[in-house]
Amino acid sequence: MTQVENRPRTGTSGPVVGRPIDRVDGVAKTTGAARYSAEYPYADIAHAALVHANVTRARITAVDTAAASAVRGVLAVITHLNAPPMKPARPVNLVNLSTLASGSSVNYLNTDEVHWNGQPVAVVVAETLDAAEEAAALVAVSYEELPATVDFGAQEPHATPQKSTAISSGGATKGDAEAALAAAPVSVDLRFTTPGHHHNALEPHATTAAWDGDRLVVHEGAQNVAWVRDQLAWKFDVPPAGIRVIAPYVGGAFGGKTMIWPGTILTVLAARVTGRPVRMMLTREGVYRAVGGRTPSTQRVALGADADGSMTALIHTSVTQIGRVGGGPEQVTSQSRHLYDAENILVQQNQVTLDALSNTAMRAPGESIGTFALEAAVDELAYELGIDPIELRMRNEPARNPIDGKRFAHRALREAYARGAELFGWSDRTPQPGSMRDGRWLVGMGVASAYHPSWQFQANVTVRLAADGTVLVRCGFHEMGMGGATAQAQIAADALGVPFESVRVEYGDTTLPTGPGAGGSGQTASVAASVVAACEKVQRTVLALATGSKDSPLRGQRLADLRARDGGLYRTDDTRGESYAAILGRAGRVSVDAAVGSDTRLGGIVGQMRFLSKFLLDNRRWVKAASGAQFCEVRVDPDTGEVRVSRWLGVFDVGTVINAKTASSQLRGGIVMGLGMALGEETLVDPRTGRIMNANLSDYHVPVHADVPPIEVHYLDEPDPTMPLGLIGVGEVGITGVAAAVANAVHHATGRRVRDLPITLDKLL
Amino acid sequence: MKAFAYVSAPDVATAVRAIATEPRAKFIGGGTNLVDLMREDIERPDTVVDISGIALTGVEELAGGGVRIGAMVRNSHLAAHPLIRSRYPVLAQAILAGASGQLRNMATVGGNILQRTRCPYFYDRAAACNKREPGSGCDAFGGFTRNHAVLGGSESCIAAHPSDMCVALAALDAVVEVESVRGVRRIPLVEFHRLPGATPHVETDIAADELITAVELPALPVATTSRYRKVRDRASYAFALVSVAAALEVQHGTVATVRLALGGVGAKPWRAHEAERLLLGAAPTEESFRRAAAAELAPAVAQPHNAFKIELAERTIVATLAQLLAAGGAA
Ligand SMILES: Cc1cc2nc3c(=O)[nH]c(=O)nc-3n(C[C@H](O)[C@H](O)[C@H](O)COP(=O)(O)OP(=O)(O)OC[C@H]3O[C@@H](n4cnc5c(N)ncnc54)[C@H](O)[C@@H]3O)c2cc1C
Repeated sequence: MTQVENRPRTGTSGPVVGRPIDRVDGVAKTTGAARYSAEYPYADIAHAALVHANVTRARITAVDTAAASAVRGVLAVITHLNAPPMKPARPVNLVNLSTLASGSSVNYLNTDEVHWNGQPVAVVVAETLDAAEEAAALVAVSYEELPATVDFGAQEPHATPQKSTAISSGGATKGDAEAALAAAPVSVDLRFTTPGHHHNALEPHATTAAWDGDRLVVHEGAQNVAWVRDQLAWKFDVPPAGIRVIAPYVGGAFGGKTMIWPGTILTVLAARVTGRPVRMMLTREGVYRAVGGRTPSTQRVALGADADGSMTALIHTSVTQIGRVGGGPEQVTSQSRHLYDAENILVQQNQVTLDALSNTAMRAPGESIGTFALEAAVDELAYELGIDPIELRMRNEPARNPIDGKRFAHRALREAYARGAELFGWSDRTPQPGSMRDGRWLVGMGVASAYHPSWQFQANVTVRLAADGTVLVRCGFHEMGMGGATAQAQIAADALGVPFESVRVEYGDTTLPTGPGAGGSGQTASVAASVVAACEKVQRTVLALATGSKDSPLRGQRLADLRARDGGLYRTDDTRGESYAAILGRAGRVSVDAAVGSDTRLGGIVGQMRFLSKFLLDNRRWVKAASGAQFCEVRVDPDTGEVRVSRWLGVFDVGTVINAKTASSQLRGGIVMGLGMALGEETLVDPRTGRIMNANLSDYHVPVHADVPPIEVHYLDEPDPTMPLGLIGVGEVGITGVAAAVANAVHHATGRRVRDLPITLDKLL
Repeated sequence: MKAFAYVSAPDVATAVRAIATEPRAKFIGGGTNLVDLMREDIERPDTVVDISGIALTGVEELAGGGVRIGAMVRNSHLAAHPLIRSRYPVLAQAILAGASGQLRNMATVGGNILQRTRCPYFYDRAAACNKREPGSGCDAFGGFTRNHAVLGGSESCIAAHPSDMCVALAALDAVVEVESVRGVRRIPLVEFHRLPGATPHVETDIAADELITAVELPALPVATTSRYRKVRDRASYAFALVSVAAALEVQHGTVATVRLALGGVGAKPWRAHEAERLLLGAAPTEESFRRAAAAELAPAVAQPHNAFKIELAERTIVATLAQLLAAGGAA
């Protein structure tokens, strides 16, 4: 059974890579036909709701479930007193990356310990959602509270340096940056702060789980279905092969659906206990309480320069938080190793540990808040020097990677700024703060660099070319709205020279060859590499079939001398060739199949090791990244300090653009999220209780339509020679630099520097 | 949400009888606030009396130039009504500045007046709240107070009244008509909501069994030059940090008539009596606007997160009056 039956609607001819084709799942989504995880019908489905602890560190002393159990329709009230045992959270082991995916180390409902304010302490299962929610509200839990550390600000002085590992570096130095800073004729030394943020994907986390003996089907909006499978197999001690995780549609994720959070585990537990298929969608509040968010940060950026603007010192340090039960460092200073040609560099990340839920990935973890501090500081340095902020960047644009002298795979920030400045009308800007007006409004223009490293992961793929000329691509990757299935169909269509319409892509299901997770902006490039390789294998097989026949005009040809076009292989020296249908028909073949990678256990491990070593080797040679120039115009009300972003333009260097329609939509989405970070988003954790006090969309301010101006997205569209098809992922680079561009524009409008996000109006009064 | 009985009342008589006989019953209008509070387990009525079908849906001109508004008129409808737009633009603007199109399509006049505070500690059952549980304390003190009141609060509660519409009604001398099995009463809007004092759970002047049937606006020629200015944390769909409802008429170089009310800063919709008193007869200058605004805010008591509202309110008052003046407040 395939889960995805979307086919493109418009007729196309000729190559399609680079064309802004409508997404294949557009109609299914806009008509409601697309089925999300909480929408799978099961005849006897039961509904679950969580009970969250409202204390931070505690032992549960008693649970009174009498009133809850008495609610009509309640099937089970599961607490630590009656839950069947599960295995403790899986230890991390780098040979199997799915071990990284446990949301926290807490053994939910198998312990009387509470580790964060909001930890699920019971799950109620009932015939209806209403009954489950009402009963959950009636579960009375008593606690013995224990001292807890919850105040990030208070803990900051106790931060400890992050240790470097094979996959994450905590710090680096070049020269003596502090000494150079002290000696610099012009310098800035600044402190920035950013608050915690929480995930607000349109689709809250949802799970539908159905057991059949030791076999399990799970519908789960996930960024990595294989990780969900492996984690559940471990927790419930059943073979992974018996678990199928299905997620053809994910209603936004942005990092929040990468780890396995308690809602998923407890839905599966509820189904196990009741013997019924169970569905649970977290409430919006539940997402704040039971899913990690972005860490708050404090950052120091200090820059020293000669009078001509040449940077002599660049220092960027950060403090972020992790939970005592999980979470990890954020690469807040990553972009500061790559963006400026400073003679001396010091970057160091530090951490504090709190009694809080694990922090987790959220769009461009690290770089989104790191570029805020760095790029706002560069703007401040530009004003100290009296040099235009773009000019200052150009004077410090490096030829090689500043921190270690490696080569850039590709770098075109100069071109991005040049193009952006022209399109945006940067030359109309008068540099003096407060010098531009539109009626009563103060007008400001600001720029900042966008930067996000480019990642690639292993992707197992099969491609089948059928005798009727249709193509089936199968890979368990993920479609969270970014257009992955459309892009891969375009890539396969061109690789095999068939019409876009004859390619079908299956994804989002663990019965498919294991794909990469959707993360690190790496999915499209990762899958593309395997799709291209698999298509080449298909062609080799087809060519072998053709050359085996003395009637074929391809006899004696090599693949390199042929072109795949018009549904077949054709010579490049003349126009002779044959259609796939003719070749397969003559050979009596129904299809030609090719696979890249392996799904056996050993094959998977070997593949992963091989991939990792190639990846590390590659990274030793090149520095690869997506980058861009963000241009922002704001209007500020001089009476009230209200900030309105009135124009946005970004020029991005993301290599080959496979589909400008879906790619632009991704970049715009990132920019909109960046506007939220700049102007509104802030998780309010009460420092007395560790409790999130704005766990809803009314008090946690994401941008609304009226906050978002028209956003122009432009591309340099130059292939990166080291990436498959020359493409670089676009998922995260869009948000980077946005908050800095806003802050810089606000300064230009008002003369005020706000170094503490979000830039709310009280900071401008 | 707790299970509850549902009664649909076709007319006022049925509604007030139902509420008088059912213990722990609540009226439901558009339901945009009550249902939220029920889902959050803050309100737990046994019975919900649905009044949204009662034909109190007129917006009618009264003899003498006032307007009578039925309590079941939807917010969108009221904001779009020609009588309101031409005679009381401040009211149309205030309604349109609130919530979202979908919510305004559902929300009723009666429900808007009785909507409850958005204090996060009121909404969170894990927190202490004197309004929710009298005598339990107030966790807003020492907590997040950005959306809290600086005027009219007490030691037991500093919750702000969230309505935009009510701020305009306060400026316009609106009168609320209520009815119960005991009869009909008329209460000026500015006396309708109570300050918290030691009893923040008692929020209004009406009894639990009284139904709001109408709001009346007196004839008020100055209101044709009126304006609502809402300042908030994003461009739309957020409650006011500060809002100003104002009407201004200048004759012979002095302020002849002025109406001024504030939102976002008060424990109830805040009629700025002191500022009005100072403005009346004064020269319409920025200087006198500023003096009046400062006097109104002089009794303000701020918390760490809402101290900015004092200056913001003063600036917004001055800016709004200045704009009214420029727009033709001078005759
Ligand atoms: C996301 C969101 C954003 C919002 N933003 C804003 C905003 O920016 N500005 C703003 O002003 N408001 C805002 N609101 C609040 C909104 O204006 C109110 O929810 C709405 O006006 C309530 O009207 P209703 O008819 O739905 O009331 P209901 O929810 O039906 O009732 C509210 C209360 O009034 C009682 N009641 C209703 N009608 C009567 C009557 N005739 N007589 C006696 N008692 C009655 C009910 O018993 C209940 O206690 C927002 C609401 C939401 C959900």
